Amino acid sequence: MSTRITDLPSTEFVLPGNRACAGCSLGIGLRAITKALDGKMVMAVPASCLTVLGGMYPTSSVAVPWVNVAFPSTAAAASGLAAGLRATGRDDITVLAMAGDGGTADIGIQALSGAAERGEDIIYLCYDNEAYMNTGTQRSGATPQGARTTTTWTGKGEHAKDMCRIMEAHGVGYVASTSAVFPTDVYDKVAKARGLSGTRYIHMNTPCPSGWSFEPKDTVAIGKLAVDAGLVVLYEVEDGRFRLTGRSASLAKSGRRKTIAEYVAAQGRFRGIADETVAVVQRWLDERWAGFVSRHEADAE
Amino acid sequence: MSDARAASVITGNEAAATAAKLARVQVVAAYPITPQSSVVETLSKWVQSGELSAEFVTVESEHSALAVCIAASTVGARVFTATSANGLAYMNEQVWWAAGARLPIVMGLANRAMAAPWSVLNDQQDSMSVRDAGWAQLFCRDNQEILDTFLHAYRIAEELRVPVMVCYDGFLLSHTVMPVRVPDQAEVDAFLPPYKPAIPIDPADPRNLNPVTMADPRANRDGELRGGYMELRAMHQQALTEALDLIPAVDAEFAERFGRSWGGLTWEYRLDDAEVAVIAAGSLGMELTVAVDALRSEGVRAGVFGIRAYRPFPAEAVRGRLAGKDLAVVLDKAVSYGYEGPVCADVRAALLSAEGAPDVFGCVCGLGGRDVSATQLADAVRRARTDHGRGVRIREPEWLDVRL
Repeated sequence: MSTRITDLPSTEFVLPGNRACAGCSLGIGLRAITKALDGKMVMAVPASCLTVLGGMYPTSSVAVPWVNVAFPSTAAAASGLAAGLRATGRDDITVLAMAGDGGTADIGIQALSGAAERGEDIIYLCYDNEAYMNTGTQRSGATPQGARTTTTWTGKGEHAKDMCRIMEAHGVGYVASTSAVFPTDVYDKVAKARGLSGTRYIHMNTPCPSGWSFEPKDTVAIGKLAVDAGLVVLYEVEDGRFRLTGRSASLAKSGRRKTIAEYVAAQGRFRGIADETVAVVQRWLDERWAGFVSRHEADAE
Repeated sequence: MSDARAASVITGNEAAATAAKLARVQVVAAYPITPQSSVVETLSKWVQSGELSAEFVTVESEHSALAVCIAASTVGARVFTATSANGLAYMNEQVWWAAGARLPIVMGLANRAMAAPWSVLNDQQDSMSVRDAGWAQLFCRDNQEILDTFLHAYRIAEELRVPVMVCYDGFLLSHTVMPVRVPDQAEVDAFLPPYKPAIPIDPADPRNLNPVTMADPRANRDGELRGGYMELRAMHQQALTEALDLIPAVDAEFAERFGRSWGGLTWEYRLDDAEVAVIAAGSLGMELTVAVDALRSEGVRAGVFGIRAYRPFPAEAVRGRLAGKDLAVVLDKAVSYGYEGPVCADVRAALLSAEGAPDVFGCVCGLGGRDVSATQLADAVRRARTDHGRGVRIREPEWLDVRL
């Protein structure tokens, strides 16, 4: 059912060498995304880490059509690409809007909400590194509680916005949550989205060594830990039907979740976090996880 | 000129929508704002009835309206949008993006006063707030000129790869009906061939459009130097400069095909022997022709010099046509706060050091829809002449009909 890593197509659209930070997981995710679309795509990209990864004029690190767009307008620009392609009679190109968490949950949410409400024929993928990493780690609406950023020096007080639920509430036909460190999960979800029409929303957790403060060699481990703790949950909602996927599905079966304390201890951004805050987050997480599992079980019946 | 058979009696907004249809626009995106709304209401109706084959994207804001147009134009579609005042301000970031990305977008601007406080009525402050963004700005006098100028605009935009803003006064033109001759589709097709994008969107030939661009030129993968940010901006400036030739050329070709010329960059009325030139952009210029007739009847040799292209600015024409006059009185429906009216400042700058340059007096009028009558305009010219006759050569801008 799910694709094995050895079965991913060998064609590469993310070229060797780019300007992302050492250990950035965005490139891992982008490789899987572009493979899933077989490069037959056009990207709308706002100001973000992805812009940096893409390279500077007149060179590019990614061999697919790529249109840089103004920060708040990713989903509107994607709507325009889709409209323009339809108007000029081209139906063989998937429009992929790809923005960071700030570009999605904060400044881009209005355009995204509009596009989703109109049912624009686009895939919108938010790569969530949980703060404004490109501008130096300022808090975003998607920064988790307790994380220190350059605008929350003592740790953020609020939970992250749940973009997937917001998109579900728009009646979007396909909503998925994935993680860049599980490239086959990313691949399968983007490949499935490619086969659907209308607005499709994919939220991709994207561990960030420089912003989260861990060693670049630990990117995949940290990303897995987030999934194992049940903080990042791999799932998809197709026409309202919820399903845990991959490692999250296994986790639901085994019940062996790791603690948030373990996840928090592995990252500098949570240094000095109060035990009470960790306990609060753990309780919130337990409840949320139980909700996911029961929804998974209910919809499987 | 009147040809009742061929004329439709329509509003300025209907003229704009009709032009967009005749231009066979492929993607329309817009957000409602008074006094622009009926342009896109009309287009929406035509798209839904099948009369116009286009994608109509009902965006949630003006920022998104122009985002859609930018992206669709990038893909290779001919696009249209329209807005006014606060809508233009809200899309400001995209106004710059459209120009910087060198996309041939045509936008209608039904000129309206900027809030706060709220006003839905006319002045030209909205246009002036984006005059430096890299668009061509063309101002219209009447509804026929609106229709014709939109058709010119696509030609200019697509040839030079710069966006063009067609500015026309809100309510005064947007909601006023006038006889307008609507050209045949076939004639328009011959004048305006289909749009072809400069750079394809093609997975077989992938490009990264408008990425981070450094200050200095950099080599591409083949080692060839490509311009840095400043070279791109210099090319942009060059395109706007070329528009100084293209705008009149397109106007001349249009005149040949359709029998109507709008003067290209500027227009004039009884200017040749005038001692006093009165200057304005938009429909205010038409009011000035009435004022000039009144002045002439008193023996004052006055004439109108109308600004049709505000960007690029027709500095050469200003020098060429105003040198030798005694006095230029510039009427602005906008102000650069803390200085003077923007058209006035530009006329003054263009004339600086020119042989025989007239003295330039500015006059701010018509803000927030304040009516400007020909009588008031004639009075303003009389006051300017009186001051000038007393030896005044530098004068603070007069605010017409302000009752403080």
